[in-house]
Amino acid sequence: MATYQNYVMAQSLEEAYALNQKKSSVIVAGNMWLRMCGLRRQTAIDLSGLGLDRVEETEDAFVIGAMTPLRALETHDALNRETGGAFAAALAPIVGTQLRNTATLGGSVYSRFGFSDVSTLLLALDAAVVLHHRGEVPLAVYQQEPWDRDILTHVRIPKGVRAGIVSVRQSKTDIPTLVCAAAMEPGGVRLVMGARPARAMIAAEGVDPDAPTAVFEEITQRVPLGGNLRASEAYRRKVAPVLLQRAARACVEGNHDD
Amino acid sequence: MTIEFTLNGRRVTAQADADASLYQVLRALHIASVKCGCETANCGLCTVHMDGRAVLSCSVPAARVQEHDIVTLEGLQEEAKALGGCLADEGAEQCGFCVPGLMMNVLALARENPDATDAEIDAYLAGNLCRCSGYMGQRRGIRRYLDSLKGVRA
Ligand SMILES: Cc1cc2nc3c(=O)[nH]c(=O)nc-3n(C[C@H](O)[C@H](O)[C@H](O)COP(=O)(O)OP(=O)(O)OC[C@H]3O[C@@H](n4cnc5c(N)ncnc54)[C@H](O)[C@@H]3O)c2cc1C
Ligand code: FES
Ligand code: FES
Repeated sequence: MATYQNYVMAQSLEEAYALNQKKSSVIVAGNMWLRMCGLRRQTAIDLSGLGLDRVEETEDAFVIGAMTPLRALETHDALNRETGGAFAAALAPIVGTQLRNTATLGGSVYSRFGFSDVSTLLLALDAAVVLHHRGEVPLAVYQQEPWDRDILTHVRIPKGVRAGIVSVRQSKTDIPTLVCAAAMEPGGVRLVMGARPARAMIAAEGVDPDAPTAVFEEITQRVPLGGNLRASEAYRRKVAPVLLQRAARACVEGNHDD
Repeated sequence: MTIEFTLNGRRVTAQADADASLYQVLRALHIASVKCGCETANCGLCTVHMDGRAVLSCSVPAARVQEHDIVTLEGLQEEAKALGGCLADEGAEQCGFCVPGLMMNVLALARENPDATDAEIDAYLAGNLCRCSGYMGQRRGIRRYLDSLKGVRA
């Protein structure tokens, strides 16, 4: 279990950022992952008092605070209406309601877990992250970078983009063995593959969602895949084209519950 | 550190280490219904309500409950009796270890979605593991409980 000597409720982003520049500090969001990863740190910096737990809407984007719980996104009417139910479909399989009531968007995006359903969907949606020090960075760039000591404050998601997401799991609440997402863009769909098992990456852009299976097979050939405890590389290669095609269809037809 | 919060309607003060979980604080306050199964946010056994929402007390930092409202099964005895009766009638438990956590999440579901379908019950409770019952009896018991509430609401 994680151990800390001091627990600081940050009063401002400036304070949180300054404290987090020390290697002996760590940001605490939902604490769901941190708690179990056995980290030893001098100072835990809690962001829960900074008003970062809201979904705001501008004319062309959703601007979502980093401390927003996953469950708030899963049940958010406008987000689901705009994306064709992609948030509910992506988040509902993550463990249980209680975990999603506290696990946050920021903790998910910062961590860049290979298995992340969250990052897979957001990458398809062409999201950007807003960092306290660095400002706005496309998620496609952030996703490839190493962990740093900046603080993720918001995630910006363009409005009006429908998306589809499909995963396979060994059991319902397990992390995904493979997860594929698609989102509409001019001229076709953007396809993203996560749990490869490495970090999610864009597999292809501008793909016709009605394309024959052979097109999705050809795309899969270009994506680096690997094996781990949950599945071999060969298994992922076999399943990926089917999931990519289903995600592309879900983008057009809407997402299913499971 | 010293934390003050509301526990089952009463104001309490507790001492906690900087890295303590809400679960540890509740046990130190002799709240016996809250159990720890995995301590890694996987099993649902430690479920309590924080400001009305079901959360996993094993993973909520104790420091974060300062000035918040925590409810455990001890604070919901009337509902627990009715729900417990429905679960028992449907043979939904064997060892019973998972039941307090299950009940807390069912009571959250009953508030959030009293008209839940069987599929919605399954989805809502996916994070409550039970190693004995096989889940079918639990679902029947929960169905019976939600239906009984409809009778009360009608
Ligand atoms: C048992 C379990 C199963 C899971 N299964 C899945 C799954 O199937 N699919 C899936 O997509 N996810 C899954 N997750 C991951 C989960 O959805 C969250 O991504 C994870 O818990 C991290 O979010 P958190 O809010 O708990 O962050 P924390 O645990 O508090 O923090 C995680 C990391 O992010 C850093 N951090 C947090 N917020 C910020 C910020 N704003 N700025 C900078 N750094 C920050 C922390 O310092 C820490 O290093 C699972 C998690 C658990 C515990
Ligand atoms: S003990 Fe908290 S989820 Fe298992
Ligand atoms: S009845 Fe034994 S764990 Fe559920």
